Amino acid sequence: MVNLLMKSKLLWPIVVLVVILLINLIFDPSFFSIDYRNGKLVGSLVDILNRGAPLILISIGMTLVIATKGIDLSVGSVIAMAGAIGAITVTSIDGEGLGPLFIAVGLTLIVSIIVGGWNGILVSRIGVQPIVATLILMVAGRGIAQLITGGQITTVYYDPYQFLGGGYLFALPFSIFIVTFVLLLALFLTRRTSLGLFIEAVGSNPEASRLAGLNSKNIMMMVYMFSGFCAGVGGLILSSNVMSADGNNAGLWFELDAILAVVIGGTSLMGGRFNLMGTLIGALIIQSLTTTIYSIGVPAETNLVIKAVVVLIVCLLQSPEFRRKIFGTDKVNKNRVKKESEGVTLS
Amino acid sequence: MDNAQPRLVMKKIVKEFPGVRALSGVNLTLYPGEVHAIMGENGAGKSTLIKVLTGVYPIDGGAVEYEGKKVIIKSPLEAQLLGISTVYQEVNLCTNLSVTENIFIGREIKKNGKLNWRKMHNQAKKLLEGLQLQIDVTKLLSSYSVAIQQMIAIARALNVSAKVLILDEPTSSLDRDEVNQLFSVIRKLKNEGLAIVFISHFLDQIYEITDRLTVLRNGEYIGEYMTKDIPRMDLVSKMIGKELVEMKKIESLAENKTSLNQSFLSTELLGLQGKIDPFSIQINKGEILGLAGLLGAGRTELARLLFGADQPDKGHIHLKGKQIKFSSPKQAIYEKIGFCSENRKSEGIIPDLTVRENMILVIQGKYGWFRFISKEKQREIADEYISLLNINPANPEQLIENLSGGNQQKVILARWLITNPELLILDEPTRGIDIGAKTEIMKLMTNLSKEGTSILFISSEIEEILRACDRVAVLRDRKLEKEFNNNEELTQQKLMKEMAGGV
Amino acid sequence: MIQRLPLGYKQLPLVATVSIFILMYGFGSFRYTGFLSSQVFLNLLIDNSFLIVLAVGMTFVIISGGIDLSVGSVIALTSMVAASLTMNANLSPLIVVPICLLVGSIIGGVQGSLIHFFNLQPFIVTLAGMFLARGLSYVISVETIAIDHPFFDFMANTRIPILGDSFITISVLIALIIVIIAVFIGHSTKFGRNVYAIGGSEQSANLMGLPVGRTKILIYTFSGFCASVGGLIFTFYMRSGYGLHANGMELDTIAAVVIGGTLLTGGAGYVAGSLFGVLILGIIQTIIVYEGTLSSWWTKIAIGVLLLLFIVLQRIIVIRSEKKQNSS
Repeated sequence: MVNLLMKSKLLWPIVVLVVILLINLIFDPSFFSIDYRNGKLVGSLVDILNRGAPLILISIGMTLVIATKGIDLSVGSVIAMAGAIGAITVTSIDGEGLGPLFIAVGLTLIVSIIVGGWNGILVSRIGVQPIVATLILMVAGRGIAQLITGGQITTVYYDPYQFLGGGYLFALPFSIFIVTFVLLLALFLTRRTSLGLFIEAVGSNPEASRLAGLNSKNIMMMVYMFSGFCAGVGGLILSSNVMSADGNNAGLWFELDAILAVVIGGTSLMGGRFNLMGTLIGALIIQSLTTTIYSIGVPAETNLVIKAVVVLIVCLLQSPEFRRKIFGTDKVNKNRVKKESEGVTLS
Repeated sequence: MDNAQPRLVMKKIVKEFPGVRALSGVNLTLYPGEVHAIMGENGAGKSTLIKVLTGVYPIDGGAVEYEGKKVIIKSPLEAQLLGISTVYQEVNLCTNLSVTENIFIGREIKKNGKLNWRKMHNQAKKLLEGLQLQIDVTKLLSSYSVAIQQMIAIARALNVSAKVLILDEPTSSLDRDEVNQLFSVIRKLKNEGLAIVFISHFLDQIYEITDRLTVLRNGEYIGEYMTKDIPRMDLVSKMIGKELVEMKKIESLAENKTSLNQSFLSTELLGLQGKIDPFSIQINKGEILGLAGLLGAGRTELARLLFGADQPDKGHIHLKGKQIKFSSPKQAIYEKIGFCSENRKSEGIIPDLTVRENMILVIQGKYGWFRFISKEKQREIADEYISLLNINPANPEQLIENLSGGNQQKVILARWLITNPELLILDEPTRGIDIGAKTEIMKLMTNLSKEGTSILFISSEIEEILRACDRVAVLRDRKLEKEFNNNEELTQQKLMKEMAGGV
Repeated sequence: MIQRLPLGYKQLPLVATVSIFILMYGFGSFRYTGFLSSQVFLNLLIDNSFLIVLAVGMTFVIISGGIDLSVGSVIALTSMVAASLTMNANLSPLIVVPICLLVGSIIGGVQGSLIHFFNLQPFIVTLAGMFLARGLSYVISVETIAIDHPFFDFMANTRIPILGDSFITISVLIALIIVIIAVFIGHSTKFGRNVYAIGGSEQSANLMGLPVGRTKILIYTFSGFCASVGGLIFTFYMRSGYGLHANGMELDTIAAVVIGGTLLTGGAGYVAGSLFGVLILGIIQTIIVYEGTLSSWWTKIAIGVLLLLFIVLQRIIVIRSEKKQNSS
C-alpha cells in the first residue's frame, strides 16, 4: 500500500512530463534525438537538462525548506546576489588561470550560505514565520545585488568563468554534473543519514520533535543554509551562462518556479514528508514547458498562461478533493485531505 | 418517557475511512428531556458518530430521522440550523476573537445593517452569568483558561435555540465545582425539553447525570440501556468486551516490591516563577512516584522542569548525587530520562510519520545525524515493540495518526522504552484511552520499576495512583504540599483532602 | 502561535505603525526644506492611491490566513483590458470600467473557489493566477497601448482642491472611500468578523457553522475587485496599458500590509494599519528623492530593513506578552 501511494504521488508528475515531451515530438520528430558533435552531445533533451540546472538546484534546496514547514522566498534575490558577487570578484581580481575562478566560487558560496544562515537565524532563533523572514531578503536582496554591481549590468571578460554554466565535461554540459552532485548530496544527507527523518519530524510536529530530543533549531538552520548554498550555485551558473551579472533581473521569479516545482513534485507546503525525485521531475516539467513553447513557435509571452494552466492541472490532479468530485473515486473525507496529500513515503 | 416520540433517530449508520470502517451499523435514538450517554473505549467510534451527526463527515450508509422526518445533514451549519449544537472535546473556538464574538459569531445581532456590539456584549455577559461565570466579555478568548473557554463554548451552544445539545467530553478539563455548575445547567436544559448527548470517560458523572446510554465497541453497536438499570461492572464489560478480571489484578500491583532507597534524581528548591513554586523532591531508583493534584496544580509544570522542557529560574537538580542543569530535553534524554507529554496530539506523535519512524525517533536523535539506524534494524525494533506492547494494527508502516489514542500512546511509550530510560516521566499516560490499554500501561509501569526504572507517574485518577505508586506527592496551587508513602493508611479520602486543601 | 495574545497586543502594532510614520515624516520635515507641506503629504496619497486599494484587499486576505500573489498581474491585465477596449474597440468608459472591475473580481472569485472547493493552497493558486493574468495581458498585446481618451484625461488631471493650494485627485478619493468601506466591513459586518474567525482557526470557524467557503471565495473576489480598481487607478496614472505594469507590486502590497501591523499568520490586523503601511512605503521613496544622492535600490533595502524591524517588533511583543501572561 505504501508503494502504491508512492507510485500515485509520482505518477501524475511523470505523466505530465511525458505528455509535454510527446507534444514536442509531434511538432519536431527529431525532438528525442541526441547527436554527437564536436565532442559534445547535442539535443533538445540535453538542452532541457542544461537549461533547467539552476531551477533544479534551487528546487532541491527549497524542498528541504518546505519539508520543515518553511518556505524560502529569498532564493531569487540570492541568485542575483551570487551572480553579482561572482562576476564582480572575477572582474576585479587581476589574474590568469583558474585562481580568480576558485576565489569567486568560494566567496560566492560562502556568502550564499551565510545569507541562508541569516534566514535560518530569523526563523529558528527569533521565531519569525518563514514566509515573512525570507520576504525581507527577497525585497532587500535585490537592492543589495544592485548595490554590489553599482546598479549596472556587469559584463565578465574572464573566460574560465564560462565553464560553470557553459562548459562541457565528458561530452555533457558541466552544469548537469553540478546538479547531479548536489542532488546526490541531498539524497545522501536525507536518506543515508537520519537528517531526512529529522527534517520530516520537525516539519510535521516541531514541539513533539523538540520533546523527543531533536534540535529543531539546528535542523532549520541547516536547511536554510543548504537552500542558500543551492541558490548560490544556481546564481553562479546563471551568471556564467550570460557572462554578466544583472542585480535587477537575474533570478527573477525563481522562487516561485522553485516552489512550483516542489509542489508539482508532491511535497506539501504544510511540511512533513518530502520527495526529492518528485521535485526533480517538477523542475523538469517547468523547464520542458518553457523549451516547448519556444520550440513549437508559440509566442514566448504566452509561456505564463500555459504555466498557469499546468500548475492548476497538476495541483488539481493531486487534490484528493478534486479526484473525488470529478472521478468519483478516492473516498477521502474533507478534513483529512491535507494529510492525505502528504502521504508520500520514502522508498 | 419511553412513549414520547424520539427527537432524533440514527439507524444503521456506516462510515468508512480509507482502510478503516469507523462505524458499521450504529444506532442512536435521542428523546427530548433526556440526557443520553454514548459509551465506548477509544476507537469505539463515539467521536466519529458525533461528527457524522453534525455534518462534519458525510454518511456512507444508514439514515437519520429528525423529528420524524428523514434528513441529510451536510455541514455543521445545517446541523445548527436544524437545532443540533455541539461542544467538542477540544475547544473549537477562535482564540483571536473576543468572548462575545465567540458566542455570537454566525448569528450576530444587527442594528441598521451594522453589528450591534453593545447589545451582544450585554447578552453575552448575561448568558455567562447564567453559567455563574463573571468575566470581561470584551477580552480575547486567549486571555482565559481552558476551563473558562469550555464554559464559553457551552454558552455558545446554548445561545442558539438548540433542540439537541451534544457535549463531547465537556468535563475533562473542569474541576469539581465547575462540573457541578455544568450539571446544574444540564439539568435545567433537560427540564426545558432539550435532548442532550453527554460523552465522558468518568463513570461517576455518567451515573450522576445521564438517563439512557448507548454502548459502542470498535465501531459497532452494542446496545442501548437505561442508566439506572445497568450496573457499573456490566457497563464496563460491555464497553471493553471482556470480563473484568484484569482490573482486579492491578490492585496488587504495588505490592511485594523491594524498594531501593537510592536516589536517582532529586531537586533542591527548583522552581519557575508563575509555573511552580520551588520544590524539593526525590525520586529513587526503581520506584514509582505518583504526582497527584487537581487540574492546574502544577503537575505538568513540575515534570517539564525535570525534563528540561522548561528552564527553571531557581534551584538545582541533582542526578545520582551530582548537580546538573538541563537546558533542553535533549540533555535530559542523554541522562536517560524520558517524558510522555499529556498532550499526545500536539506534543507526542509526529502525525506524518509511520509507527516505526515515531518509535525510533528518540534513539535516532540520540545517535545523531550520521549514526543512521538501517531500515531493517528499524523494522526489527518496531516489530519487537509492537508485539511487546500489543499495538494494533500491528503494522509498523501505518501512519501513526491513523491509530486510536490508546495505540498512539503505546507507540510513544515504545519510543522511550527503546532508549532504556532510567527515569520515565509519564504525564497522564492513561488519559483518554480505553480501559484495556490503561491496564496494559499500568502493568508495564510496574514491570519497568521492578527492573529498576524510576517512574514519575502523573494522573488525575486517584485510584490509579494508589494502585501503582510506591510514594505519592501531592501538589496544590502550584506548590508541592506533601509526600506520602503508599501503605494501608493512605486512602483516597486522605489524598483527596490534601489535593483539595483547606480543612 | 497566536493562541495566547492578550488584549493589548491587538492595537500595539497599529500604534507602532502610526508612530513610525509620524517619526519618518518628522525626520523628513526636519531635514529637508519644503518637506513639511500639506501637498507633500497629499502627494503620498496621490502617488500611492492604487497601492492603498490593493493593500485593502490584501489585508482581508492575509487576516483570513491566506495570501494573494495575483494582485500585481491583475493591475497589468486591467490596464491592458482598459487600453485595448478603449483604444482598439472604441468602447465607452461606461462599458470599459465595469468590464475591468468584472475581470478582476472574476479572477479573484475563481481563485477563491479553487482554494475552497479543491482545498488547494492559496499561495499556489494565486501564483497560478499571477502567471495567468500577466500572460493574458501579453496575449492581448505584447506592446504598450497608450490611452488617449477624454475620460482618462479627466480622471488623471482633475484636481480636487482642499486646504487652499493643496489638492488631491479623483483616484485618492476612490481609494479613501474604499478604505472607509473596508473599515466598516471589517468591524461591523458578519462577513468581516467571519474573516477574522477563519484567520484565527479555520477548523473552529467551520465547526461553529460559519460559512467558511462562501467567506473565503468572497475574500478573494474582494481582493480581485480591489486589484482591478487599483488597476484602473494605475491606468489613469500611467494612461497606458502594458503587460509589464506593476511588476512585483504584490510584494509591495504584502510589505505594506505587514508594516501596517497585520499578522501574516492571520487572525489579527487592521485596514487602517495597511493605509499607514502604504504611506510609510511612500515616505521612504519621498525621502530618497529628497536626499538626491541615493540610488533607487536603496528603496528596496530600506523596505527590507523596515520589514525586519516590524517583524522583530511583532515577535518581541508576542514573546513579552506570553511571558507576562505566564507569570501573572
